[in-house]
Amino acid sequence: MTKADIVEIVFEKVGFSKKDVSAVIEEIFETIKTTLEGGEKVKISGFGNFTTRQKRARRGRNPQTGNEITIEQRRVMTFKASQLLKKAINQAPSTPAAQPTTQA
Amino acid sequence: MTKSELIEAVAAKVTNFSRKDVEIIVETLFESMARSLSEGDKVEIRGFGSFKIKERDGRQGRNPKSGENIFIDAKKVPFFKAGKEIRERINEDK
Repeated sequence: MTKADIVEIVFEKVGFSKKDVSAVIEEIFETIKTTLEGGEKVKISGFGNFTTRQKRARRGRNPQTGNEITIEQRRVMTFKASQLLKKAINQAPSTPAAQPTTQA
Repeated sequence: MTKSELIEAVAAKVTNFSRKDVEIIVETLFESMARSLSEGDKVEIRGFGSFKIKERDGRQGRNPKSGENIFIDAKKVPFFKAGKEIRERINEDK
């Protein structure tokens, strides 16, 4: 599913043009990004929380060359799914192909 | 920022939409993403990030309180990877 598919679904639900719906959806993601950029978290009840975390600088290695490098300190964005979303994902009956794992 | 604050902020910017319209769009947006994920499909938002489902095998675990052995069932967990644009934007003001 891409942004275009979401626009389509929303378009079918509300009476606005696709262009307008698309503009609002852009604005939603833009607002979330700007908020995270400002260091604030975004909590979407029923879906999950978006936060940024500070990572310290650490020693790493280029896996290709084996050279030691310093990985600089940086901020990363994380998502934590809500209980509701986790539940919905595990209740989906639409995965007939998934074999139950045999006892370990 | 909560969902209602997000709705408020977006409504202030897209003035040709009422707050109620924006609310419906925000709700429909996250609902459709949740539905897509629960159907096992991945969701990809350019510049923002992508969501996908990872399968975790069942495993033997232990109740840390009672020490009792229990079997933890296989489950699916949602996984998010931030897009390039947001990764860069949150690091600009180091």
